[in-house]
Amino acid sequence: MKIQEAAEKIAAQGESAPRLARDPVNQAMVNNWVEAIGDTNPVYTDAEFARASVHGGLVAPPAMAQVWTMNGLHGSRADDDPLAAMMAHLDAEGFTSVVATNSEQTYHRYLRPGDHVSATTKLEGVAGPKKTALGEGWFVTTRTTWYVGEEPVSDMVFRVLKFRPPAAEPPSLQVLRPVISKDTEFFWAGTRVGELRIQRWGETLRHPPGPMPPDGDLDLVPDYVVASGRGRVYSYVVHHHPPVPGKELPFVVALVELEEGVRVLGELLGVDPETVRIGQSVEVAFLRVDEELTLPAWRAVS
Amino acid sequence: MSAPVDVGTELPPLTIEATPTFVVSTALATRDFQDVHHDRDSAVARGSKDIFVNILTDTGLVQRFVTGWAGPEALVRSIKIRLGVPLYAYDTLTLSGRVIEKTGADVVVEVTGTDGLGAHVTGTVELTLPGGIS
Repeated sequence: MKIQEAAEKIAAQGESAPRLARDPVNQAMVNNWVEAIGDTNPVYTDAEFARASVHGGLVAPPAMAQVWTMNGLHGSRADDDPLAAMMAHLDAEGFTSVVATNSEQTYHRYLRPGDHVSATTKLEGVAGPKKTALGEGWFVTTRTTWYVGEEPVSDMVFRVLKFRPPAAEPPSLQVLRPVISKDTEFFWAGTRVGELRIQRWGETLRHPPGPMPPDGDLDLVPDYVVASGRGRVYSYVVHHHPPVPGKELPFVVALVELEEGVRVLGELLGVDPETVRIGQSVEVAFLRVDEELTLPAWRAVS
Repeated sequence: MSAPVDVGTELPPLTIEATPTFVVSTALATRDFQDVHHDRDSAVARGSKDIFVNILTDTGLVQRFVTGWAGPEALVRSIKIRLGVPLYAYDTLTLSGRVIEKTGADVVVEVTGTDGLGAHVTGTVELTLPGGIS
């Protein structure tokens, strides 16, 4: 496997060369950090308190370990940085997004103003591909050790998830929605459960459904029949323009005469517009948009 | 902290309002200039709801939470955290914790930080309690 091979190669290179922090541990950066984090521990900022404390003088917050050697606003990673090398491989394979997932820092001693730390990093390993809530990705684990001179002062196991962001919602989910009225709600309730329901007034079928029968008899109350779903193309158009939300152009809209005799409109799916013929056999299909809406459509049958 | 510490001792919870100002100022104070921590347009373009807190800040908040309870002279030995859901701007983080191990003055505190989306950070902190307290 390509990614595993790359990881083994990078891991075999071992630790990167030590990289010196931009600045030695200094009070100004500590002050900025405690101010932002809201940490009021006086051992970081109050010289008098710190002198009388277990530390015997001011110290830097241990949780700042990684801060000292961050690359900064215009910084670049070192050529031999194993994390950067692994990222480049994963970028090339389409795993372009990154999120930190684990940080395990161990502090061997507190840093003091003037300590100038350097960092070395090695790749511990990669694991994947894994399916995660963010998308498919690889976990990349590195170990960083911070030194003052030759003395290791802290270390960190750091893990990131390098993932492929999932594609945007398919456009077919965004459609023009029908207006559903008292007269038509039975029809849309039918499509939701896979039934093509046709309004019936006595013996007469009517589609699209309306508020009264074709003969105008005000005493009748409608019900419906469930159509077989089979029919023939009575007429059709190939829609080239304008664009329609959720549709790729061109598409075919067919007026289908059902076996039951009424005609129903719907998109004719999965056909080359050039091959559609009047009279060709089709059957109903149901396109679920969401919980509320399922659209009727047609598929060709041979 | 005056009460005796034992396995099972609960830490007083800490609430953090993750205002945009907080998210940005902590990202910059930790020298993390990734755009998702200070530029909402970029964060949204990358699939996030808003800018979100960086992992170096989580480590800092966990340290603040635990030493705020243990006292200024507690010695932090390690901070190990795992991230869950993001902590977006305008959300609130509540940190809670509990002592899960104790050997003399050395304790391990288990920490959980929950925001409006669920568990944002979970982890453990090893520390040595200040002299005189055990």
